[in-house]
Amino acid sequence: MISIRGLTKRYGTNTVLDGIDLDIAAGERVAIIGPSGTGKSTLLRCLNYLDRPDSGVIRIGDLTVDATTATSAQILALRRRTAFVFQNYALFANKTARDNITEALITVQRKPRAEAEARADAILGEIGLSDKTASYPAALSGGQQQRIGIGRAMALDAALMLLDEPTSALDPEWVGEVLDLMRRVAERRQTMLIVTHEMQFAREIADRVIFMDGGRIVEQGTPAQIFDAPQDMRTANFLRRVR
Amino acid sequence: MRALDIDYMLGLVPVILGYVPLTIGMALAAMVCALLLACLMAVERVMRVPVLDQFVQLFISFFRGTPLLVQLFLFYYGLPQILPVLSGINGVTAAIIGLTLHFSAYMAESIRAAILGVDRSQWEAAQAVGMTQAQSMRRIILPQAARVAAPTLVNYFIDMIKSTSLAFTLGVTEMMGATQKEAAGSFLYFEAFLVVAVLYWAIVETLSFLQKQLERHLNKAIAR
Repeated sequence: MISIRGLTKRYGTNTVLDGIDLDIAAGERVAIIGPSGTGKSTLLRCLNYLDRPDSGVIRIGDLTVDATTATSAQILALRRRTAFVFQNYALFANKTARDNITEALITVQRKPRAEAEARADAILGEIGLSDKTASYPAALSGGQQQRIGIGRAMALDAALMLLDEPTSALDPEWVGEVLDLMRRVAERRQTMLIVTHEMQFAREIADRVIFMDGGRIVEQGTPAQIFDAPQDMRTANFLRRVR
Repeated sequence: MRALDIDYMLGLVPVILGYVPLTIGMALAAMVCALLLACLMAVERVMRVPVLDQFVQLFISFFRGTPLLVQLFLFYYGLPQILPVLSGINGVTAAIIGLTLHFSAYMAESIRAAILGVDRSQWEAAQAVGMTQAQSMRRIILPQAARVAAPTLVNYFIDMIKSTSLAFTLGVTEMMGATQKEAAGSFLYFEAFLVVAVLYWAIVETLSFLQKQLERHLNKAIAR
Protein backbone atom coordinates (compact mmCIF):
# COMPACT_ATOMS: atom_id res chain seq x y z
CA MET A 1 0.00 0.00 0.00
CA ILE A 2 1.34 3.37 -1.04
CA SER A 3 -0.06 6.63 0.20
CA ILE A 4 0.80 10.19 -0.73
CA ARG A 5 -0.50 13.13 1.26
CA GLY A 6 -0.25 16.83 0.50
CA LEU A 7 2.72 16.52 -1.85
CA THR A 8 3.74 20.02 -2.86
CA LYS A 9 6.57 21.32 -5.02
CA ARG A 10 7.32 24.93 -5.90
CA TYR A 11 9.91 26.44 -8.19
CA GLY A 12 10.17 30.02 -6.94
CA THR A 13 6.61 31.35 -6.97
CA ASN A 14 5.45 28.70 -9.44
CA THR A 15 3.57 25.87 -7.70
CA VAL A 16 4.17 22.76 -9.82
CA LEU A 17 2.55 20.27 -7.45
CA ASP A 18 -0.29 21.62 -5.38
CA GLY A 19 -1.00 19.23 -2.53
CA ILE A 20 -1.32 15.87 -4.25
CA ASP A 21 -3.21 13.15 -2.32
CA LEU A 22 -3.07 9.69 -3.81
CA ASP A 23 -3.36 6.08 -2.64
CA ILE A 24 -2.14 3.17 -4.73
CA ALA A 25 -2.98 -0.41 -3.81
CA ALA A 26 -0.42 -3.20 -4.18
CA GLY A 27 -0.61 -4.52 -7.73
CA GLU A 28 -2.52 -1.52 -8.99
CA ARG A 29 -1.54 0.02 -12.34
CA VAL A 30 -2.18 3.73 -12.46
CA ALA A 31 -1.76 5.93 -15.53
CA ILE A 32 -1.40 9.69 -15.31
CA ILE A 33 -2.46 11.79 -18.27
CA GLY A 34 -2.73 15.52 -18.78
CA PRO A 35 -1.36 18.51 -20.68
CA SER A 36 2.37 19.27 -20.74
CA GLY A 37 3.77 21.23 -17.82
CA THR A 38 1.09 20.22 -15.35
CA GLY A 39 3.39 18.47 -12.91
CA LYS A 40 3.01 14.84 -14.02
CA SER A 41 6.74 14.20 -14.33
CA THR A 42 7.46 16.30 -11.25
CA LEU A 43 5.08 14.11 -9.26
CA LEU A 44 7.03 11.01 -10.28
CA ARG A 45 10.38 12.68 -9.59
CA CYS A 46 9.20 13.82 -6.16
CA LEU A 47 8.09 10.30 -5.29
CA ASN A 48 11.72 9.11 -5.27
CA TYR A 49 13.19 12.48 -4.36
CA LEU A 50 15.03 13.08 -7.63
CA ASP A 51 13.28 16.39 -7.02
CA ARG A 52 12.80 17.13 -3.35
CA PRO A 53 9.21 18.07 -2.55
CA ASP A 54 8.66 21.13 -0.36
CA SER A 55 6.10 19.38 1.79
CA GLY A 56 4.01 16.25 1.93
CA VAL A 57 4.25 12.72 3.23
CA ILE A 58 5.00 9.57 1.23
CA ARG A 59 4.30 6.13 2.72
CA ILE A 60 5.42 2.89 1.14
CA GLY A 61 4.66 -0.08 3.38
CA ASP A 62 6.23 0.66 6.75
CA LEU A 63 8.41 3.48 5.46
CA THR A 64 7.21 7.05 6.02
CA VAL A 65 9.05 10.01 4.53
CA ASP A 66 7.94 13.51 5.45
CA ALA A 67 9.44 16.17 3.17
CA THR A 68 9.95 18.62 6.02
CA THR A 69 12.06 16.16 8.03
CA ALA A 70 13.38 13.68 5.44
CA THR A 71 16.88 12.39 6.20
CA SER A 72 19.26 11.12 3.56
CA ALA A 73 18.86 7.60 5.01
CA GLN A 74 15.08 7.82 4.51
CA ILE A 75 15.51 9.11 0.98
CA LEU A 76 17.86 6.22 0.20
CA ALA A 77 15.34 3.75 1.68
CA LEU A 78 12.57 5.32 -0.43
CA ARG A 79 14.64 4.98 -3.60
CA ARG A 80 15.36 1.37 -2.76
CA ARG A 81 11.64 0.62 -2.69
CA THR A 82 10.96 2.31 -6.01
CA ALA A 83 12.24 1.81 -9.53
CA PHE A 84 12.35 4.54 -12.14
CA VAL A 85 12.15 4.36 -15.92
CA PHE A 86 13.36 7.55 -17.59
CA GLN A 87 12.05 9.20 -20.71
CA ASN A 88 15.62 9.40 -22.10
CA TYR A 89 16.45 5.83 -20.87
CA ALA A 90 19.48 7.07 -18.83
CA LEU A 91 21.28 3.76 -19.06
CA PHE A 92 24.70 3.78 -17.43
CA ALA A 93 26.85 4.72 -20.41
CA ASN A 94 29.94 2.96 -19.03
CA LYS A 95 28.17 -0.36 -18.44
CA THR A 96 27.11 -3.12 -20.81
CA ALA A 97 23.45 -4.11 -21.13
CA ARG A 98 23.92 -6.87 -18.59
CA ASP A 99 25.92 -4.69 -16.16
CA ASN A 100 23.22 -2.03 -16.32
CA ILE A 101 20.90 -4.60 -14.79
CA THR A 102 23.35 -6.21 -12.32
CA GLU A 103 24.81 -2.92 -11.07
CA ALA A 104 22.17 -2.10 -8.45
CA LEU A 105 21.63 -5.77 -7.56
CA ILE A 106 25.30 -6.02 -6.59
CA THR A 107 26.11 -2.58 -5.16
CA VAL A 108 22.74 -1.74 -3.60
CA GLN A 109 21.03 -5.05 -2.86
CA ARG A 110 24.32 -6.82 -2.09
CA LYS A 111 23.40 -9.92 -4.09
CA PRO A 112 26.25 -12.28 -5.02
CA ARG A 113 27.55 -11.59 -8.53
CA ALA A 114 26.53 -15.00 -9.88
CA GLU A 115 22.96 -14.56 -8.67
CA ALA A 116 22.76 -11.02 -10.08
CA GLU A 117 24.07 -12.17 -13.44
CA ALA A 118 21.63 -15.06 -13.60
CA ARG A 119 18.81 -12.61 -12.90
CA ALA A 120 20.10 -10.18 -15.54
CA ASP A 121 20.38 -12.94 -18.14
CA ALA A 122 16.83 -14.08 -17.39
CA ILE A 123 15.56 -10.51 -17.80
CA LEU A 124 17.56 -9.96 -20.99
CA GLY A 125 15.81 -13.09 -22.30
CA GLU A 126 12.39 -11.75 -21.33
CA ILE A 127 12.98 -8.41 -23.01
CA GLY A 128 14.33 -10.15 -26.11
CA LEU A 129 17.89 -8.86 -25.89
CA SER A 130 19.89 -11.97 -25.02
CA ASP A 131 22.13 -11.27 -27.99
CA LYS A 132 22.98 -7.78 -26.68
CA THR A 133 24.30 -8.84 -23.26
CA ALA A 134 27.75 -7.37 -23.84
CA SER A 135 26.66 -4.32 -25.86
CA TYR A 136 27.14 -0.81 -24.53
CA PRO A 137 24.18 1.60 -24.66
CA ALA A 138 25.75 3.69 -27.44
CA ALA A 139 25.58 0.67 -29.74
CA LEU A 140 21.85 0.07 -29.15
CA SER A 141 18.74 1.58 -30.71
CA GLY A 142 16.43 3.78 -28.64
CA GLY A 143 13.91 0.95 -28.38
CA GLN A 144 16.56 -1.49 -27.19
CA GLN A 145 17.89 1.01 -24.67
CA GLN A 146 14.46 1.67 -23.24
CA ARG A 147 13.74 -2.07 -22.98
CA ILE A 148 16.92 -2.37 -20.93
CA GLY A 149 15.82 0.67 -18.91
CA ILE A 150 12.62 -1.22 -18.10
CA GLY A 151 14.59 -4.43 -17.49
CA ARG A 152 16.83 -2.59 -15.03
CA ALA A 153 13.71 -1.43 -13.18
CA MET A 154 12.14 -4.93 -13.27
CA ALA A 155 15.24 -6.47 -11.69
CA LEU A 156 14.89 -4.32 -8.58
CA ASP A 157 11.61 -6.00 -7.52
CA ALA A 158 10.46 -2.58 -6.34
CA ALA A 159 7.25 -1.99 -4.42
CA LEU A 160 6.45 0.77 -6.93
CA MET A 161 7.65 1.23 -10.49
CA LEU A 162 7.59 4.81 -11.74
CA LEU A 163 7.62 5.28 -15.52
CA ASP A 164 8.11 8.80 -16.85
CA GLU A 165 6.83 9.00 -20.44
CA PRO A 166 8.85 5.93 -21.44
CA THR A 167 7.98 6.14 -25.14
CA SER A 168 8.05 9.92 -25.67
CA ALA A 169 11.69 10.14 -26.75
CA LEU A 170 11.49 7.15 -29.07
CA ASP A 171 11.40 7.15 -32.84
CA PRO A 172 7.93 5.94 -33.87
CA GLU A 173 9.33 2.63 -35.15
CA TRP A 174 10.46 1.63 -31.63
CA VAL A 175 7.33 2.65 -29.69
CA GLY A 176 5.50 -0.63 -30.32
CA GLU A 177 8.14 -2.92 -28.84
CA VAL A 178 8.43 -0.80 -25.69
CA LEU A 179 4.65 -0.68 -25.22
CA ASP A 180 4.54 -4.47 -25.65
CA LEU A 181 7.13 -4.92 -22.92
CA MET A 182 5.32 -2.58 -20.53
CA ARG A 183 2.10 -4.47 -21.21
CA ARG A 184 3.84 -7.67 -20.08
CA VAL A 185 5.17 -5.98 -16.95
CA ALA A 186 1.68 -4.71 -16.19
CA GLU A 187 0.18 -8.18 -16.68
CA ARG A 188 2.30 -9.39 -13.75
CA ARG A 189 0.52 -6.90 -11.52
CA GLN A 190 3.67 -4.93 -10.84
CA THR A 191 2.47 -1.85 -8.96
CA MET A 192 3.11 0.95 -11.38
CA LEU A 193 2.55 4.64 -11.83
CA ILE A 194 3.04 5.66 -15.42
CA VAL A 195 2.97 9.06 -17.03
CA THR A 196 2.06 8.59 -20.66
CA HIS A 197 0.68 10.23 -23.75
CA GLU A 198 -0.30 6.85 -25.23
CA MET A 199 -4.03 6.99 -24.49
CA GLN A 200 -4.88 3.63 -26.04
CA PHE A 201 -2.13 1.99 -24.00
CA ALA A 202 -3.35 3.66 -20.80
CA ARG A 203 -6.87 2.43 -21.49
CA GLU A 204 -5.62 -1.14 -22.00
CA ILE A 205 -3.30 -1.63 -19.05
CA ALA A 206 -4.44 0.79 -16.34
CA ASP A 207 -6.74 -0.09 -13.47
CA ARG A 208 -7.13 3.62 -12.87
CA VAL A 209 -6.49 6.74 -14.91
CA ILE A 210 -5.67 10.09 -13.33
CA PHE A 211 -6.08 13.37 -15.15
CA MET A 212 -3.78 16.13 -13.87
CA ASP A 213 -3.88 19.82 -14.66
CA GLY A 214 -2.23 22.80 -12.95
CA GLY A 215 -0.38 20.64 -10.42
CA ARG A 216 -3.56 18.98 -9.14
CA ILE A 217 -5.47 15.79 -9.68
CA VAL A 218 -8.58 16.98 -11.48
CA GLU A 219 -10.32 13.70 -12.01
CA GLN A 220 -9.67 9.99 -11.64
CA GLY A 221 -11.49 6.77 -12.36
CA THR A 222 -11.46 3.61 -14.43
CA PRO A 223 -10.28 3.99 -18.03
CA ALA A 224 -13.88 3.72 -19.17
CA GLN A 225 -15.00 6.51 -16.84
CA ILE A 226 -12.19 8.88 -17.84
CA PHE A 227 -12.03 8.18 -21.56
CA ASP A 228 -15.71 7.59 -22.31
CA ALA A 229 -17.47 9.77 -19.76
CA PRO A 230 -15.17 12.47 -18.35
CA GLN A 231 -16.95 14.56 -15.71
CA ASP A 232 -14.67 17.61 -15.72
CA MET A 233 -14.58 20.03 -18.65
CA ARG A 234 -10.77 20.16 -18.56
CA THR A 235 -10.54 16.40 -18.94
CA ALA A 236 -13.01 16.41 -21.80
CA ASN A 237 -11.21 19.25 -23.57
CA PHE A 238 -7.83 17.57 -23.18
CA LEU A 239 -9.09 14.25 -24.53
CA ARG A 240 -10.72 15.97 -27.47
CA ARG A 241 -7.39 17.63 -28.32
CA VAL A 242 -5.25 14.50 -28.15
CA ARG A 243 -7.62 12.30 -30.09
CA MET B 1 81.63 24.56 -37.38
CA ARG B 2 83.16 21.35 -36.08
CA ALA B 3 81.85 17.88 -36.87
CA LEU B 4 79.69 16.03 -34.34
CA ASP B 5 81.53 13.40 -32.31
CA ILE B 6 79.20 10.54 -33.26
CA ASP B 7 81.24 7.88 -31.46
CA TYR B 8 81.03 9.88 -28.24
CA MET B 9 77.29 10.23 -28.64
CA LEU B 10 76.75 6.53 -29.29
CA GLY B 11 78.92 5.69 -26.29
CA LEU B 12 76.90 8.08 -24.14
CA VAL B 13 73.51 6.54 -25.00
CA PRO B 14 73.85 3.43 -22.79
CA VAL B 15 75.22 5.55 -19.94
CA ILE B 16 72.22 7.89 -19.96
CA LEU B 17 69.83 4.99 -20.59
CA GLY B 18 70.98 3.63 -17.23
CA TYR B 19 69.26 6.59 -15.58
CA VAL B 20 65.97 6.16 -17.43
CA PRO B 21 64.53 3.86 -14.72
CA LEU B 22 65.10 6.54 -12.07
CA THR B 23 63.47 9.23 -14.23
CA ILE B 24 60.48 7.04 -15.10
CA GLY B 25 60.29 5.79 -11.52
CA MET B 26 60.09 9.30 -10.09
CA ALA B 27 57.49 10.30 -12.67
CA LEU B 28 55.41 7.15 -12.09
CA ALA B 29 55.49 7.52 -8.31
CA ALA B 30 54.53 11.19 -8.56
CA MET B 31 51.82 10.40 -11.14
CA VAL B 32 50.14 7.77 -8.96
CA CYS B 33 50.21 10.03 -5.90
CA ALA B 34 49.08 13.05 -7.91
CA LEU B 35 46.19 11.14 -9.50
CA LEU B 36 44.91 10.00 -6.12
CA LEU B 37 45.24 13.46 -4.62
CA ALA B 38 43.69 15.08 -7.71
CA CYS B 39 40.68 12.70 -7.66
CA LEU B 40 40.03 13.47 -4.00
CA MET B 41 40.30 17.21 -4.61
CA ALA B 42 38.15 17.05 -7.75
CA VAL B 43 35.40 15.12 -5.95
CA GLU B 44 35.61 17.57 -3.07
CA ARG B 45 35.34 20.53 -5.47
CA VAL B 46 32.23 19.02 -7.03
CA MET B 47 30.66 18.23 -3.63
CA ARG B 48 31.80 21.56 -2.14
CA VAL B 49 32.50 20.39 1.41
CA PRO B 50 32.44 23.50 3.63
CA VAL B 51 35.85 24.70 4.96
CA LEU B 52 37.67 21.91 3.11
CA ASP B 53 36.58 23.54 -0.15
CA GLN B 54 38.30 26.82 0.72
CA PHE B 55 41.44 24.92 1.67
CA VAL B 56 41.47 22.95 -1.60
CA GLN B 57 40.90 26.11 -3.63
CA LEU B 58 43.83 27.78 -1.88
CA PHE B 59 46.01 24.71 -2.48
CA ILE B 60 45.18 24.61 -6.19
CA SER B 61 45.66 28.34 -6.54
CA PHE B 62 49.12 28.23 -4.89
CA PHE B 63 50.46 25.23 -6.79
CA ARG B 64 49.23 26.51 -10.14
CA GLY B 65 50.32 30.02 -9.39
CA THR B 66 53.99 29.44 -8.57
CA PRO B 67 56.80 27.88 -10.67
CA LEU B 68 57.64 24.23 -10.07
CA LEU B 69 61.30 25.09 -9.58
CA VAL B 70 60.42 27.55 -6.80
CA GLN B 71 58.22 24.90 -5.16
CA LEU B 72 61.01 22.31 -5.31
CA PHE B 73 63.51 24.71 -3.73
CA LEU B 74 60.95 25.67 -1.10
CA PHE B 75 60.49 22.01 -0.07
CA TYR B 76 64.05 20.82 -0.37
CA TYR B 77 66.11 23.78 0.78
CA GLY B 78 63.53 25.88 2.64
CA LEU B 79 61.12 23.69 4.56
CA PRO B 80 63.74 21.67 6.51
CA GLN B 81 64.95 24.91 8.10
CA ILE B 82 61.53 25.39 9.65
CA LEU B 83 60.58 21.75 10.19
CA PRO B 84 63.73 19.94 11.37
CA VAL B 85 62.01 16.53 10.91
CA LEU B 86 62.41 17.10 7.17
CA SER B 87 66.14 17.77 7.35
CA GLY B 88 66.99 14.22 6.34
CA ILE B 89 64.83 14.32 3.21
CA ASN B 90 66.66 13.17 0.10
CA GLY B 91 66.41 14.81 -3.30
CA VAL B 92 64.43 12.02 -4.92
CA THR B 93 61.72 12.07 -2.23
CA ALA B 94 61.56 15.85 -2.30
CA ALA B 95 61.24 15.84 -6.09
CA ILE B 96 58.44 13.25 -5.99
CA ILE B 97 56.55 15.24 -3.36
CA GLY B 98 57.03 18.48 -5.29
CA LEU B 99 55.90 16.97 -8.60
CA THR B 100 52.92 15.35 -6.87
CA LEU B 101 51.66 18.55 -5.31
CA HIS B 102 52.31 20.67 -8.38
CA PHE B 103 50.66 18.39 -10.91
CA SER B 104 47.81 17.32 -8.64
CA ALA B 105 46.62 20.92 -8.67
CA TYR B 106 46.37 20.94 -12.47
CA MET B 107 44.94 17.44 -12.69
CA ALA B 108 42.28 18.19 -10.06
CA GLU B 109 40.88 20.94 -12.27
CA SER B 110 40.84 18.67 -15.35
CA ILE B 111 39.11 15.88 -13.45
CA ARG B 112 36.61 18.32 -11.93
CA ALA B 113 35.71 19.62 -15.38
CA ALA B 114 35.34 16.04 -16.65
CA ILE B 115 33.05 15.13 -13.73
CA LEU B 116 30.88 18.16 -14.39
CA GLY B 117 30.76 17.16 -18.05
CA VAL B 118 29.07 13.82 -17.32
CA ASP B 119 25.39 14.03 -18.24
CA ARG B 120 23.09 14.84 -15.33
CA SER B 121 20.87 11.88 -16.21
CA GLN B 122 23.72 9.54 -15.22
CA TRP B 123 23.58 10.92 -11.68
CA GLU B 124 19.82 10.61 -11.61
CA ALA B 125 19.86 7.02 -12.85
CA ALA B 126 22.41 6.06 -10.19
CA GLN B 127 20.41 7.79 -7.45
CA ALA B 128 17.17 6.27 -8.72
CA VAL B 129 18.41 2.69 -8.32
CA GLY B 130 19.34 3.52 -4.73
CA MET B 131 23.07 4.12 -4.91
CA THR B 132 24.66 6.40 -2.35
CA GLN B 133 26.46 9.51 -3.56
CA ALA B 134 29.82 7.80 -3.06
CA GLN B 135 28.71 4.70 -5.01
CA SER B 136 27.31 6.84 -7.83
CA MET B 137 30.54 8.79 -8.03
CA ARG B 138 32.86 5.80 -7.92
CA ARG B 139 30.98 3.37 -10.13
CA ILE B 140 29.15 5.56 -12.65
CA ILE B 141 30.46 9.12 -12.79
CA LEU B 142 34.24 8.77 -12.32
CA PRO B 143 34.67 6.02 -14.96
CA GLN B 144 32.90 8.24 -17.50
CA ALA B 145 34.86 11.29 -16.40
CA ALA B 146 38.09 9.27 -16.75
CA ARG B 147 37.44 8.76 -20.44
CA VAL B 148 37.08 12.50 -20.94
CA ALA B 149 40.05 13.42 -18.75
CA ALA B 150 42.44 10.69 -19.98
CA PRO B 151 44.09 12.58 -22.86
CA THR B 152 44.73 15.60 -20.65
CA LEU B 153 46.05 13.45 -17.79
CA VAL B 154 48.47 11.65 -20.09
CA ASN B 155 49.66 15.04 -21.29
CA TYR B 156 50.36 15.97 -17.68
CA PHE B 157 52.27 12.72 -17.25
CA ILE B 158 54.40 13.57 -20.29
CA ASP B 159 55.01 17.02 -18.84
CA MET B 160 55.86 15.37 -15.53
CA ILE B 161 58.51 13.10 -17.07
CA LYS B 162 60.20 16.11 -18.59
CA SER B 163 59.88 18.02 -15.32
CA THR B 164 61.79 15.31 -13.43
CA SER B 165 64.86 16.91 -15.04
CA LEU B 166 64.44 19.68 -12.45
CA ALA B 167 65.33 17.13 -9.75
CA PHE B 168 68.88 17.64 -10.94
CA THR B 169 68.78 21.01 -9.17
CA LEU B 170 68.14 19.12 -5.91
CA GLY B 171 71.32 17.12 -6.45
CA VAL B 172 69.61 14.04 -7.88
CA THR B 173 71.61 12.27 -10.58
CA GLU B 174 68.84 11.37 -13.01
CA MET B 175 69.02 11.61 -16.82
CA MET B 176 69.71 15.34 -16.83
CA GLY B 177 72.11 15.21 -13.87
CA ALA B 178 74.07 12.35 -15.42
CA THR B 179 74.31 14.18 -18.75
CA GLN B 180 75.52 17.32 -17.03
CA LYS B 181 78.29 15.33 -15.32
CA GLU B 182 79.30 13.60 -18.55
CA ALA B 183 79.37 16.88 -20.44
CA ALA B 184 81.44 18.56 -17.75
CA GLY B 185 84.04 15.80 -18.17
CA SER B 186 84.19 15.76 -21.96
CA PHE B 187 83.34 19.42 -22.70
CA LEU B 188 81.18 18.05 -25.56
CA TYR B 189 78.09 19.90 -24.34
CA PHE B 190 76.23 19.91 -27.64
CA GLU B 191 76.63 16.16 -28.16
CA ALA B 192 75.72 15.31 -24.57
CA PHE B 193 72.60 17.45 -24.37
CA LEU B 194 71.52 16.36 -27.86
CA VAL B 195 71.68 12.74 -26.70
CA VAL B 196 69.58 13.43 -23.60
CA ALA B 197 67.10 15.49 -25.62
CA VAL B 198 66.60 12.65 -28.09
CA LEU B 199 66.18 10.15 -25.24
CA TYR B 200 63.47 12.29 -23.56
CA TRP B 201 61.83 12.62 -26.95
CA ALA B 202 61.87 8.85 -27.46
CA ILE B 203 60.29 8.26 -24.05
CA VAL B 204 57.54 10.77 -24.79
CA GLU B 205 56.86 9.28 -28.23
CA THR B 206 56.54 5.83 -26.65
CA LEU B 207 54.03 7.28 -24.19
CA SER B 208 52.05 8.95 -26.94
CA PHE B 209 51.70 5.54 -28.56
CA LEU B 210 50.50 4.03 -25.25
CA GLN B 211 48.12 6.98 -24.89
CA LYS B 212 46.38 6.03 -28.12
CA GLN B 213 46.01 2.44 -26.89
CA LEU B 214 44.56 3.67 -23.57
CA GLU B 215 42.08 5.95 -25.30
CA ARG B 216 40.96 3.15 -27.57
CA HIS B 217 40.38 1.00 -24.47
CA LEU B 218 38.45 3.73 -22.63
CA ASN B 219 36.39 4.52 -25.71
CA LYS B 220 35.11 1.01 -26.18
CA ALA B 221 31.91 1.94 -24.31
CA ILE B 222 31.03 4.56 -26.88
CA ALA B 223 32.24 2.75 -30.00
CA ARG B 224 29.48 1.63 -32.32
